[in-house]
Amino acid sequence: MILARVVGNIVATQKNHRYQNARVMLCRQITPEGDDTSYSTLALDSVDAGVGDTVLIVQEGWSASTAATGEAGAAIDSAIVGVVDRIDLL
Amino acid sequence: MQLARVIGTLVATVKNDSLHGRKLLVVQTLNADLEPNGKPMVAIDSVGAGVGELVFWCRGKEASFPFKREDTPTDCTIVGIVDSEDHVTR
Repeated sequence: MILARVVGNIVATQKNHRYQNARVMLCRQITPEGDDTSYSTLALDSVDAGVGDTVLIVQEGWSASTAATGEAGAAIDSAIVGVVDRIDLL
Repeated sequence: MQLARVIGTLVATVKNDSLHGRKLLVVQTLNADLEPNGKPMVAIDSVGAGVGELVFWCRGKEASFPFKREDTPTDCTIVGIVDSEDHVTR
């Protein structure tokens, strides 16, 4: 899983039917210290995350499909599966 | 999933049987600021996208799920068309 910050969301009327009723969030990967990286990704929201939240994103199809739609086998490769409250580092 | 701009079409007469009838498009992946990021790739279209449109694509094994999943050889499929650039909130 990767750490990311939600920076926005997108609206798409024409999309794969398994994305129906899902929120597609635009996220930027961050380091554990909270700094932005150059990698950004779209992820389906399964936990009611909002813009500005630090989130946990799973990037594996079976887990992402199951978390976001309740069923495996969708063309979904990333899903937000947690909102991070805090990170403690050594 | 990643945001991308469709920058061209591609024609391949000789191809895997299960790719017959599929539209191949050249896409340039974009970062969260909608700037080009990385090298262009070839994607299969599953939603009726066209050149110039802002889309998002799915990577990996999941990319074949909109089609006959067992035998469609793809790792990059367009799964949604973003309504407009204004619909990407950042």
